[in-house]
Amino acid sequence: MVGAGAGAKKTSPEVVKSGSGSSTMLMLKLKLKLKTKQQELLLRVSILCLVYVLAFITRLFSVLRYESMIHEFDPYFNYRTTLYLTENGFYEFWNWFDSDSWYPLGRIIGGTLYPGLMVTAAIIYWLLRLLSFAVHIREVCVLTAPFFASNTTIVAYFFGKEIWDSGAGLVAAALIAICPGYISRSVAGSYDNEGVAIFALLFTFYLFVKAVNTGSLAWALASAFGYFYMVSAWGGYVFIINLIPLYVLVLLVTGRYSMRLYVAYNSMYVVGMLLAMQIRFVGFQHVQSGEHMAAMGVFFLMQVFYMLDWVKYLLGDAKLFQAFLRITVTTALAVGVIALGLGTASGYISPWTGRFYSLLDPTYAKDHIPIIASVSEHQPTAWSSFMFDFHILLFLFPAGLYFCFKRLSDATIFIVMYGLTSMYFAGVMVRLILVATPAVCLISAIAVSATIKNLTLVARAKDNNKVSHSGSLKGSASSSKASSKASLDQSQPFQRNGAIALLLGAFYLLSKYATHCTWVTSEAYSSPSIVLAARGAHGQRVIFDDYREAYFWLRQNTPPDAKVMSWWDYGYQITAMGNRTVIVDNNTWNNTHIATVGRAMSSYEDEAYEIMRSLDVDYVLVVFGGVTGYSSDDINKFLWMVRIGGGVFPIIKEPDYLVNGEYRVDKGAAPKMLNCLMYKLSYYRFGELTTEYGKPPGYDRARGVEIGNKDIKLEYLEEAFTTSNWIVRIYKVKPPNNRW
Amino acid sequence: MVKSTSKDTQALFHSLRSAYAATPTNLKIIDLYVVFSVFTALIQVVYMAVVGSFPFNSFLSGVLSCIGTAVLAVCLRIQVNKENKEFKDLPPERAFADFVLCNLVLHLVIMNFLG
Repeated sequence: MVGAGAGAKKTSPEVVKSGSGSSTMLMLKLKLKLKTKQQELLLRVSILCLVYVLAFITRLFSVLRYESMIHEFDPYFNYRTTLYLTENGFYEFWNWFDSDSWYPLGRIIGGTLYPGLMVTAAIIYWLLRLLSFAVHIREVCVLTAPFFASNTTIVAYFFGKEIWDSGAGLVAAALIAICPGYISRSVAGSYDNEGVAIFALLFTFYLFVKAVNTGSLAWALASAFGYFYMVSAWGGYVFIINLIPLYVLVLLVTGRYSMRLYVAYNSMYVVGMLLAMQIRFVGFQHVQSGEHMAAMGVFFLMQVFYMLDWVKYLLGDAKLFQAFLRITVTTALAVGVIALGLGTASGYISPWTGRFYSLLDPTYAKDHIPIIASVSEHQPTAWSSFMFDFHILLFLFPAGLYFCFKRLSDATIFIVMYGLTSMYFAGVMVRLILVATPAVCLISAIAVSATIKNLTLVARAKDNNKVSHSGSLKGSASSSKASSKASLDQSQPFQRNGAIALLLGAFYLLSKYATHCTWVTSEAYSSPSIVLAARGAHGQRVIFDDYREAYFWLRQNTPPDAKVMSWWDYGYQITAMGNRTVIVDNNTWNNTHIATVGRAMSSYEDEAYEIMRSLDVDYVLVVFGGVTGYSSDDINKFLWMVRIGGGVFPIIKEPDYLVNGEYRVDKGAAPKMLNCLMYKLSYYRFGELTTEYGKPPGYDRARGVEIGNKDIKLEYLEEAFTTSNWIVRIYKVKPPNNRW
Repeated sequence: MVKSTSKDTQALFHSLRSAYAATPTNLKIIDLYVVFSVFTALIQVVYMAVVGSFPFNSFLSGVLSCIGTAVLAVCLRIQVNKENKEFKDLPPERAFADFVLCNLVLHLVIMNFLG
C-alpha cells in the first residue's frame, strides 16, 4: 500500500500528461510505470508484511498440536495476575497482597513483579473488548508472545537498516522471525516476560543507536521510554543498563567520542533512570545497587569528558590544558573512588546479587547458591544447543563480525559489542541464548546481505552493462565499491560461474535454515510441558493430561483454604489452576522457606510430619514419572531438595542419600533414601504395579530399575488422589491422634 | 612548588575567562541556567547530608530534577552552538522543541515520583 502510494506521488506528472481514463486503467498504468526505486519499496513492504505474518504463524504450532493453553510454570503466575488485573483494575493489582502463596508469609504481588507483561496483555484485552471482540483473556495471553515476536521483526528491519542498509534489515527480519533461539521463549502459550522483553530490548537498542547517529534529544527520549518498557517487563534490563555504558566507554577509549554520543547517553540515562524508578520492584536500585553503578560512573565520566573538551576548546593552548587536565583528573578520580568506597563500606550501595555474580563467574552459583544452580535454564550452555538454536547463524556470525569491522561506525560498534557480550552470556546460561538471538540474527544478516549483494553484482556484471545494476537494491557507497570489485573480477575467468555457484550455495544454506527452524519449532519448542505427549506402541499419539487432572481434583475436592505442599516448581500451577494455597512457589524469594520444604521432603516421615504440622500443611503433592517414564519428576529433582535443605539445615547431609557418590533408588540405595518422605510418597503402592511386560512389579521406567523398597507403609499421611498415569500423586496429612 | 602551582592556576583562570568572554550571549544564558541548576542540586545534597535522606524518593526527584535540567540544557547548548559542525542540519527551533519535550516528560515523571 505504501509503495503504491509513494509511486502515485512520483509519477503524477506523467498521469496528467496521459490524460483522462478510467481509474482502474490509471492504477494499472501507475503500477506499470513504477520506477525501480518504487518497485523496491513495494517489494520491501510486501516482504516485511510476509515476514510479519510468518513470525506469527510459525509460533502457532503449539495451539494446533495441543490447544490454546498457557505453558510451563511461570506463565501460570503471569496468567493469574493478568486475570486479577482485568477483573479488579489496576489499583487493586498494584496493591495486591497475595495470601495464597508462600503460606504463612504471603507475597506482596504488586511490589515484587515486573508488571509490563500483564499490563500489555490487559491493554490488548481491553482494546479488543472496546472493538467488541468478545475474546477471553486466556486467548490474549496465549497470543501475546507471537504478536510481540512479529513486532520484533519490524524493529529488526529498522535496526538492520540503521546499522547497515535496508537489505540487511530485511534479511535480519526474516532471520529473527524464525530463529529457534527466540521461538523457544515466544511460542503461542508461552506467556512469559521474555516474550515482550526481547521486543523491548531490541527496540531500546534501536532507538539508542538512532539517537547516537542523529544526536537528537527526541530519539534519546524515545529510547528512554523503550528502556522504561523493558524495565517494566523483565529483569534482563540490567543487561541494557550495563551494555550501553560499556559501549560509551569503548567509544571514549577508541577516541570516537562525539557530541551526539553525549546528548544520546546522558539524556537517555537521566530520563530512563527516573522512569525506571516508577516500577516499584526496581525502585531505588538505579542509585543503590552495584549492578547499576557502571551506568552512573559513565554518566559522571561523560560530564568530565565534556568539561575537558570544552575547556580545551576554550583554551586552545596545549600547555595550559595539560595543567588543567592534571588538576581535574586527579580530583575527579579521588572523589569517585572515595564516593564508591564510602558507599560500599557503609552498605549504601548494595553488593552484586548472586545471579549477577554467576553471570560473570559461571562456577559461582554452583558453590554458593544451590537454588540458582538448580534451575535447569541457569545451566551452562552445551555446544549442541547453540547449534540447535542458531543453526547456520553460528557460522554467519563471525562472517558478519568481519563485515562490521570492515565498515566501522558508531552503529556497527554497538552491534558488535552487543553480539560479543551477549554471546558470552549465552555461553554461561542456557536461557540467555534468547538475549543473544537478536544480535546474532542482525550480524548474520549483515553477512548474508553483503555476501549476496557482492555475488549478484559479479553474476550480473557480465551479461548486463554496469549501468543496469546501479539501480538495484544497494546503497551508493557500497555499489561503487562493489562495481570496482566487479571490474576487477572481469579479468578472472569462471568468476561469474563461481559467483552463481556460491549464490546457489547460499540459497541452499538459507533454505536449510528455514527447514531446520520449522522442524525445531514443531518438534522441540511447541510442547506445553503441562500436557505431555508420547508415541504409543503402535505409533499413535498418547496424551498425558495428568497435571490438569490433579489440579482440577484439588480445586473440586479439597476445602478452599487447604494448604498444599509441593516442591516449588509446581507452586504457580497449583495456585493458578488448583486455586489452593501453596507453601512455596516459583518466585524463589525466600530460600529458608524452600529449604524447609526440602527438609521435610528429605526427612523421615515422623520428622516431616512435625514440619508439615508447623506449616499447616493439609495436602502434599509429588510428581512421579515411574509409570510413564517421565524423567523430570521429583525423584530426579530430589538431590536439589537435599542440597537446598542442607544449605540451611545442616542436619540434612547429601552423602546420606548417596551410595559411593551414586544416586540410586533400587535395592542398593542408601537406607535414608529408601525411607525418606519423598521416596515413600513417590513409590507408595508402586511395588504392586507391573509397569512393563517382562519386568518385575515395581519397575521404575523413568530410571530403568526395580525399586528397593516395595513395602511402604504410611503412618501420618494417606493417599488422597493419584492421576490416571500416576504422574501426580496427592496425599492428605492426617490430623494428630486424639488419644495417647 | 606551591607558588608556581598557584601562578599556573591564576594564568589558567585568566585565559579561561578571556576565552569565555567571546561566547555568544544565548549560550551564556544557557550556561547560567546550567550553573544555577547544578548549584541547586548541590544545595539539596548538602541539605540531605545535614537532615537525612528520609523520603528518599523526594530527595531523588529533587536532585534528579536539577541534574536532568542541567544535562538537557547542556544538550541544548551543544545543539544550538554554531561551532558544532555535527549539528549543522538541526535547526535551533527543532532543538528547542526537543528540549521542551524532554523537560516536560522529565518533570511529569518527577511530579509522579515526588510522593
